[in-house]
Amino acid sequence: MTAMLSASGIIKNFPGVQALRDVSIEVRPNEVVGLIGENGAGKSTLMRVLAGSYRPDGGSLTLDGEQLRMRSPRDAARHGIGMVFQEQSLVLNLTVAENIYLGEEDRFTRFGIVNWRAMNAAARRQLAKIGIDIDVTARTSELTFAARQMVELAKALTLEEVVERQLLILLDEPTSVLNAADIEVLFARVRSLKSRASFVFVSHRLDEVLATSDRVYTMKDGAVVAEHRAADVTAPELHEIMVGRGLQAEYYREARQQAPRGTVMVEAKGLGANGAYHGVDLKIRAGEIVGIAGVVGSGREEVTRTIGGFLQHDAGEMKIAGDAVRFASPEPAVRRGIGYVPRERRLEGLVMFLSIAENISLADLSSVMRHGAIDYGKERRLAADWIKRLRIKAPGPDAACRKLSGGNQQKVVLARWMTAGSRILVLDHPTRGLDVGAKEEVYELVRDLSAQGVAILLISDTLEETIGLSHQVLVMRDGEITARFDASPGNKPNQVELLRAMV
Amino acid sequence: MTIHTEPLKSVSDIERTTLMTFLPGRIATMFGGRRWRSLAPLAVLVVLCLLIAIANPNFIELRNLVRLANSAAVPLTLAMGLTFIILMGSIDLSVEGTLSVSAMVVVLLAANDSNGNDYGWWAVLAAIVAGTAMGFVSGLVQTMLRIPSFMATLGMWFIGLGLSVYMLGGSAIRLNDASIRELALARFLGLPLAVWVATGAFLLAAVIQYHTKLGRHILAIGGDEDVAKLSGVNVVRVRVTAFALAGFFFGIAGVLAAAQLGQSHAVIGDGRLFAAVTAVVVGGTALTGGEGGVVNTLIGVLIVTVLANGMILLGISPYIQQTVQGLMIIAAVALSLDRVRLRIVK
Repeated sequence: MTAMLSASGIIKNFPGVQALRDVSIEVRPNEVVGLIGENGAGKSTLMRVLAGSYRPDGGSLTLDGEQLRMRSPRDAARHGIGMVFQEQSLVLNLTVAENIYLGEEDRFTRFGIVNWRAMNAAARRQLAKIGIDIDVTARTSELTFAARQMVELAKALTLEEVVERQLLILLDEPTSVLNAADIEVLFARVRSLKSRASFVFVSHRLDEVLATSDRVYTMKDGAVVAEHRAADVTAPELHEIMVGRGLQAEYYREARQQAPRGTVMVEAKGLGANGAYHGVDLKIRAGEIVGIAGVVGSGREEVTRTIGGFLQHDAGEMKIAGDAVRFASPEPAVRRGIGYVPRERRLEGLVMFLSIAENISLADLSSVMRHGAIDYGKERRLAADWIKRLRIKAPGPDAACRKLSGGNQQKVVLARWMTAGSRILVLDHPTRGLDVGAKEEVYELVRDLSAQGVAILLISDTLEETIGLSHQVLVMRDGEITARFDASPGNKPNQVELLRAMV
Repeated sequence: MTIHTEPLKSVSDIERTTLMTFLPGRIATMFGGRRWRSLAPLAVLVVLCLLIAIANPNFIELRNLVRLANSAAVPLTLAMGLTFIILMGSIDLSVEGTLSVSAMVVVLLAANDSNGNDYGWWAVLAAIVAGTAMGFVSGLVQTMLRIPSFMATLGMWFIGLGLSVYMLGGSAIRLNDASIRELALARFLGLPLAVWVATGAFLLAAVIQYHTKLGRHILAIGGDEDVAKLSGVNVVRVRVTAFALAGFFFGIAGVLAAAQLGQSHAVIGDGRLFAAVTAVVVGGTALTGGEGGVVNTLIGVLIVTVLANGMILLGISPYIQQTVQGLMIIAAVALSLDRVRLRIVK
């Protein structure tokens, strides 16, 4: 069968990261193509290239044999390519029908007046075609996530009313916010729509991908590493390809992992919070790295946010260095020596338009104060020192953080907590969005911190990282700890054991 | 192809339908959005009227109601323009500057006691065009120079004010054109023409908001500008058009103000910005954009005007009146819903 869309040799660079390196894929008519890979493998970047939101730095796209150049999602739409975004892209204060036809009102406009009745009727027809019963005059904010996802799908499918060729619909992790029943509904729709469109479908859930797709591409570190017919491969095999990595122990610096010997820095007994988790017991010693594994909704995120002071517990007890505490906000947590390294560096980790020096001193300005005033010389010297020690690639202490690559930004966040004298670090997906080289540097740094006696709580995107870095791995499911594994070097649990306790 | 769709239904169909039955069409959707809490401004207006009427029965005399309508005319026209800007999540501080330019243009071009011009209704047209042009420039400054609307319109405010004071030579100039003065003096069905003009402005604004692409795109930009852009909305064009539209309404308000006063002077716009912003906010349009609309603003204007009128009837000191208005604007924002959802308050 000939390709409908083919991408060949696609390259996309971001400052400091090569997100896509020579990626080639093709999509055939009436086909569902699955795209899998770990976070940071380049799936979303590739989707955005196909959807016209990113312009590739190299390579070419062809649609039905013709060269395709797209400047914007509008261009993509004109060629029959629609995207359902990972973060939902509906305007919540508009109704369902208004969202479906946002930007397309001209079709319902006469003498400058929009015929809402006609628009609502068209939206109703569109939803009926995919078999969805939603009130098109309802405000989008009143719909469930699942219903909004269907509205997005319907919106993407309206392209067929204006485009002459078969559609290509890109689904970027459409299932991440849905429960099992809703996922089933969505897949039933996708399968039934195959006669009218082709789909590219991104997900982490391998069984989902295999059940829905005809062909599957596996991505890793910005490249496609495998292509299979869905019928010819199993989920464990795909998983192996997706995460498999030679010299694992070397990668995670396991040789540097030492038995923790210090005092207990964090202790939780029967900790619980508002239905998110309950009965959580854990201990982290100085110099120890404790990883928590679990799927979305397992409660592990909430546990880390409680220790960081973002979420209050309402049951049980939490002790920091022996003192019982209950944090109303992150500020008292910081004063207790807890540093939180968030996954969204851009939103929560750094003040992007401030310099490296200003960000490093942010959590503890007293370290650069003299006689009650900020000593700029001292601040810059401190930053210059960290830049050298952590090998931060930057022109100097005055460089704005937004200009740094993800890995270097992460180092600035860590430098800030070390300046503030944090004895406890909460690492919330510390390597998300980093390329392989940057990840290795972060792992090296984490080992340094551990050797210096910092107690570390880790949650990560991959099991491999959790196992590789931690001294001890806890597994959570439905708000409870379901298993505990010792993870000393040479005695690391394998992923299958963890998975069994996770699901 | 009907697989179980229960979990997909909108959560509040029933609540919506009850409302839909007694409020017509689009307006119901608007109120339906936030249901009872969005009806609060209407309840405040009703309670306010009742309280004042009990305290001083003169309030509900026909003569007073006409006076009330008359004093609402200029604020209503201004607030219509401002509503669109606030719905986008922007702000227009140039209200007083634009109004004074428009009032200056109409007075200087129509028959007046300063120069020999006598262009009659062409002067009115020129004044509205001048207002629209001011708004257009604000929109261009905001979108092309990428200057936040707060600063862009703060600048336009003083540009307009300076320009009109300079042209008026620092003194009050009388408007002698009888037919323009009729706007304030002549009555139709017992109400001054200015009230009818303001009503027309309201209807026009309502049509634009609820029945045109522009209105919908303004709402979409206020709700989520990135998504709107992604959906193919030409954000720059919508923004510039909205500011020009606001200027258009401010221009009409300038003509009405000049006609009501029978003159134009340096301070013709004084206090108008505060009144307009208060009316929009008290009516329930969120400063964050995307929520509310011109019907809300109509109620907001009535609340502000009724309160001012009531306080006069009750003999309250004008300074206390100002204090009450200040309290009211803070209370209105405090009671509006989206504050809780704001992650950061700037």
